[in-house]
Amino acid sequence: MSSGQDPVQSGKSVLLKAFRANPKTGVKPRYQSFEVPFEPGMTVLSALLYAKEHVDHSLAIRFSCRMASCGSCGMTINGLPKLACYTQVAEFANQTITVEPLGHYPLIRDLVTDFDGFFAKHEAVSPFLVRRNLEEQETTESEYLQSSRELDDFLQFSYCIKCGLCNAACPTAASDPLFIGPQALGQAYRYIADSRDEGALSRILTVDSNHGIWRCHFAGACSFVCPKGVDPALAIQNLRRLVISAPSRAGAPLLTYRKPRSS
Amino acid sequence: MCSAAYRSGLVLTRVCSYLYAWDAAHGKLHAALGVSAVTEQLAYDVVVVGSGIAGLRAAIEAARVSKGKASIAVLTKVQAMRSHSVSAEGGTAAVLYPDKGDTIESHIYDTIKGSDFLADQDAVEFFANAMPSEIYLLEHWGMPWSRTEDGRVAQRNFGGYSFPRATFAGDRVGFFEMQTLYDTTRKFDNIHFFQEWFVTSLMVEHGTFHGLTAIDLKTGGFHSFSAKAGIIATGGAGRLYRFATYGYSSTPDGLSLAYRAGVPIEDMEFVQFHPTGLVPSGVLITEGARGDGANLINNKGDRFMKKYAPEKLDLASRDVVSRAMITEIQEGRGFKDPVSGMEHLLLDLRHLAAEKIKERLSAIREIAIKFKGIDPIDEPLPVRPVCHYTMGGIRTNIGAETSAAGLWSAGEAACVSINGANRLGANSTAECLVFGAQAGAGAAKHAMRKPTHDPSQETVHEEEKRLYDEIFHGAGDENPYEIHTHVQTMMDDYAYVYRMGDGLEKALRELRELRRKSYRHVDDQAKEYNTNFVNVLELEAMFDIAEIVLASGLARTESRGAHSRIDYPKRDDVNWLRHTLTCYTVDGPRFEYAPVTITKYQPTERHY
Repeated sequence: MSSGQDPVQSGKSVLLKAFRANPKTGVKPRYQSFEVPFEPGMTVLSALLYAKEHVDHSLAIRFSCRMASCGSCGMTINGLPKLACYTQVAEFANQTITVEPLGHYPLIRDLVTDFDGFFAKHEAVSPFLVRRNLEEQETTESEYLQSSRELDDFLQFSYCIKCGLCNAACPTAASDPLFIGPQALGQAYRYIADSRDEGALSRILTVDSNHGIWRCHFAGACSFVCPKGVDPALAIQNLRRLVISAPSRAGAPLLTYRKPRSS
Repeated sequence: MCSAAYRSGLVLTRVCSYLYAWDAAHGKLHAALGVSAVTEQLAYDVVVVGSGIAGLRAAIEAARVSKGKASIAVLTKVQAMRSHSVSAEGGTAAVLYPDKGDTIESHIYDTIKGSDFLADQDAVEFFANAMPSEIYLLEHWGMPWSRTEDGRVAQRNFGGYSFPRATFAGDRVGFFEMQTLYDTTRKFDNIHFFQEWFVTSLMVEHGTFHGLTAIDLKTGGFHSFSAKAGIIATGGAGRLYRFATYGYSSTPDGLSLAYRAGVPIEDMEFVQFHPTGLVPSGVLITEGARGDGANLINNKGDRFMKKYAPEKLDLASRDVVSRAMITEIQEGRGFKDPVSGMEHLLLDLRHLAAEKIKERLSAIREIAIKFKGIDPIDEPLPVRPVCHYTMGGIRTNIGAETSAAGLWSAGEAACVSINGANRLGANSTAECLVFGAQAGAGAAKHAMRKPTHDPSQETVHEEEKRLYDEIFHGAGDENPYEIHTHVQTMMDDYAYVYRMGDGLEKALRELRELRRKSYRHVDDQAKEYNTNFVNVLELEAMFDIAEIVLASGLARTESRGAHSRIDYPKRDDVNWLRHTLTCYTVDGPRFEYAPVTITKYQPTERHY
C-alpha cells in the first residue's frame, strides 16, 4: 500500500498485460505486453500511461483526475474491478499485471467500456431531491434544516463517484442486463434516506420491480469493490425493509413514510 | 428521459417508453450520424461546452429561465461527473451569517485585497451579493452541506478571509456540488448530454457565434452543431504544468477555441500556486486543513509563516504563503523527498483531534494514506506549492458575455475578473455558480429571441480538412507526448512561483522551437475512442495558451499577486494597474491593455 514499503525496487520493471480489442473493426481480441520501468509510488494508471506515451499511442484508456475522485479509470486489474489510479503497482509484487475492461458493460475499445446504459439506470431512479412544493424549492431565502444525524443517514451513499465498479462486480448484473444494479439502487436509497426529500414513492415504484431490489442475491460484491466506502448492499437491504414494511404498495402513505435509520 | 436531436431542417424526436432509457437507441442514433465522413449537423438553442460546476450550473439556469423551452446541449470531452471541479475540496465562499458578524462588504473587500487590487470591483460586488442564494439553491437541490448544531449550513475558515465563510461539505465540496448539479440536470428533459465529445472549433462569423464542430469519441464521427448561443465552461489551463493539482483533462482547449475565434484572453500571466500540493504527485491537500488548524513547518520545526504574515500566519492569501515556502526552501530550511528528490515543507495536522480529521478532512486523509502511505493523524505531510488555478481566461463582462455576440463563458475558463492577480480559496467554486448562472440565463434569453443561423458549410469543411488532412493524416517523427512533457517541465521551471525576465524569454524561445517540431501526427488510425488524436489537439491548445502565459508574464514588469518577478519585485500601480488582453494573430499574440474597474477601494499595500 505505501510507497515506503515497495517490495519492488527502483530500477526494476513491471510487466503489464493489456487487453486490446476493437469490436467495430472485428479484429480479434488479444493481449499486449508492456515492460514499464518501475518507480516507487507508481499506480497502474501511471504504468498504463507510460505504455501509451512511450510504446503504443493507440492504447485506449479512459482517465482524468488520477486521485480517485472522478471515477473514469475503472477496469479489471488481475481479475478484480478497481480504479487504475488508486491501485499501486507494488500491490502486485513481481507479478504480471493483467488489465482488462470492466465486465458487464459493452466494450468500446481496449480498456474503455460504454457507460450510456449505466447513466440511464442512474437517471431512472430520479436521482435528485424531490419536493412537493416546487416553487418553494426554487426559492433562495434559507436552507431546509437538517441535523448532522439526519445527514449521516445518507452521507456514505452520496460518496458514489459513478465509477461503475459495483455493477461490474455484481453477479446479478452478469446474468440480468436489465437489473437496475447496485449503483442506481444505492442512489435511489441515498435520496429516499435524505430527510429533505419527498420523492420516495416514485423511486420505490421503480426499484420494487422484477429487475429491481428483489433480483439482488446479496453477494455483497458491490460493497466489497467500492473504492469510496459506499455500501450499496446495505442500501438494497434498507430499500427492501422499506418496501416490506410500507403500509400500502400503491398509495400515498409512502410519500410521507419515515425512513429507517441506517445505523 | 426523452432525447431529441435536431438535424438541419428535420426534427427527430424520440420518446423512450422503457422504464429507464436503455441507451441503445441513443447509441444507434449517433452511430447513424457518425458512419460516414459526411458532416451531419445538429441544432440546439444553447450549447454548453464543459460539464464542471460552471457548465452544469449554466445548463440548469438556461433550462429554468427558458421554462423548459430552450433545447440545451452539454458537450463534454469527458464523461459526466469526471470534470475536475470534482476534485475541489475545501469550501465555497458566501456570506450566510450576518447575524454573527459577517458582511457582504467584508467578502467584497477580502476578495479585492486578495486579488492584489486587480479584480474589477463592480464584478466582485455583484458576485458577493449573489453568492448566498447559490448556497441555498444547492441546498434545496440536495447538496449534503455539513451542518451546525442547530441544523444550518456550516462554514469554516479559509485563507485571506476576515470571517469563516467557506461553506463546506466535509472536504469534498466540489464533488458534492457536481453531483448535486448533475443529478439536478436529470430533472430537465431539455438538457441533453453529449459525453466524450471533443469540441474542435467555434464558428464565429463577423463577430457572431453560430455554432461549433466536435468529434464524438465513441464513434470517431465528426459533427457540426448549429446554435444560437454558446457557453464555454471548460475550466482552467493548469495542465500546462507537470506539478499540478489538476486532472489530466485540464488542458486549455476551451481557451484556445475562443482565442482562435477572435475573443481576447485576459490576464493569463496570473497562475496560482496552491501552497499544499502533496509531494510528489501534486494531489491537492485542501486549504481547509489549515483553516481547521493545521500548520506549515520547516526543517527547524518552526511555524515559519509568523515571519511572513504575522497576523494571518498559515491563512494568508495563497500567493503570500507559496512565496514564503519557496523562500524557506531556497534558504535551506526545507526537506528533500527521498524518492522524487523534490524539495518540500511539512503540513502538520497532528495537533488536531483525530475525530475532527476523520469527520471534516476524511478525503485528504484517505489520499495521504493511499498515495503517500502517511496517516496525517500520526505524521505530517510533505507539501510544496503546486499549480492550482489560472486567474486569467476568456474575457467577459458581469453578464458572462464575451466580445463575440452569442458567446458566453464562465468558471475558471473565464476572466470576469473577480480574482485579479490572485484568487482567494473558496471563491472559485463560488464563481462557477454565480457566473455559470449568469451565462445560462443570458444565453437562454438570447436564444429565445434569435432565429437560427446555420454556420456556413464551407467553414465546417475547412475545419474537417484541418483536422483530418493536416493532423489525423499528418506526418512526423516527434513523439507528441514527449513534446507535451517538455512544455510542462519548462513551465514548471520558468513560470513558477518566482519568475525572471530572462527565464521567461528563454522559455518562450524554446516553446516556439518546440512548436516547429513535427509532432502533428496521429499514430493511432482507428476511428473509435481515439485519444491519441485528442491528445495532439490538446497539445495544439497548450502551445497557444502557454505562449500567452509566458509572453504576458514577460511583458508585465512588476510583481502583483501570483505574478512575482525577481527582477521587478514591486507592484507598480502607475504602469500596471491594468488588465492584459491577448488577441490572436497569425504572427502570434498581440497585447492590449484595459483599465481595472475601481468602485470604492483604492489600492493599498497588502499585509496579512
